[in-house]
Amino acid sequence: MPECPECGAAITIPANAMQHELLPCPDCGTELEIISLNPLTLDRAPEVQEDWGE
Amino acid sequence: MRVGIVISHIRPEEKLLISAFQAQGVEPEIINDREIIFDITAGPEQSSPTGTAWHDYDVVLERSVSTSRGLYTLAMLENWGVNAINSFQTASTCADKFRTTIALTKAGVPQPSARLSFESESTLRAIEQIGYPAVLKPVTGSWGRMLARVNDRDAAEAVIEHRETLGDYSLHLFYTQELIRKPGRDIRAFVVGDQAICAIYRDSPHWITNTARGGKASNCPVTPELADICLRTARAVGGGILAIDVMEDPERGYLVNEVNHTMEFRNSSAPTGVDIAAEVVRHTLRVAGGNS
Repeated sequence: MPECPECGAAITIPANAMQHELLPCPDCGTELEIISLNPLTLDRAPEVQEDWGE
Repeated sequence: MRVGIVISHIRPEEKLLISAFQAQGVEPEIINDREIIFDITAGPEQSSPTGTAWHDYDVVLERSVSTSRGLYTLAMLENWGVNAINSFQTASTCADKFRTTIALTKAGVPQPSARLSFESESTLRAIEQIGYPAVLKPVTGSWGRMLARVNDRDAAEAVIEHRETLGDYSLHLFYTQELIRKPGRDIRAFVVGDQAICAIYRDSPHWITNTARGGKASNCPVTPELADICLRTARAVGGGILAIDVMEDPERGYLVNEVNHTMEFRNSSAPTGVDIAAEVVRHTLRVAGGNS
């Protein structure tokens, strides 16, 4: 099971997960991004930028 | 049918959209804006990051979370004659509160009083013209970022000084808006093409009611009056797929606050019972088929 790169918690990946999907670490709340599905790689999601939004 | 979706990453909205495309028998190509390189001296025969030539897309749906990346992408695709949603005109108008306001003014759409000013003294005079309390906003930005309710001159001077000292040039443009005494809520209405498909109330004890800031969503019936102001707003900014923020003024009725061109809707389908992703996809496929 992959681990949170911030706190080491085990991360459960949803069955329908997609590359570049965001998911929060249930333990520390860090927003993570699925960098690749095969091999399964997680990293911290990019920091919110000033021009992000709707 | 070849559909591309430009993303920065996959939020719940993009996941819903991808599923909705698949339900229509279309497997969209995911175009990551982090991987885009436009040869801006060449044409649309060049490949997108997926390997597909840009001119081979029947339609590209722009869903970047980055407003600037989305705008430049739309500008490039339109320049090449590639079908893209929303249009650059719509996106660039909605991305800028000043441009949104002047478009609505031209179309006669009711909205709060607003001023644009460039310096501290003129901004203080602009706020005094409107009256305290007022709202200072950046001309660009989303999710309620950098909004400031200024209740008096002391607060106004502090906010202006902070923005002039700490902000980049875009924060030296001062958009001042009248504070509307809304009834603890505002309305977010969704327009897809020529239809106001649904709306939610966003309730919050805070004066900022964005769901990104904790506002609670519930169904808001789309009355003929609400549909009318929303469709007039959509036409004023260029049309497309839009989320329109509407405030209820005790005397003047509906006032349009802002328009969003890459809307988030994860919290809105459940309370309204409307499958927003499916509506967006149907519209996108109509545009792809040349029948918008």
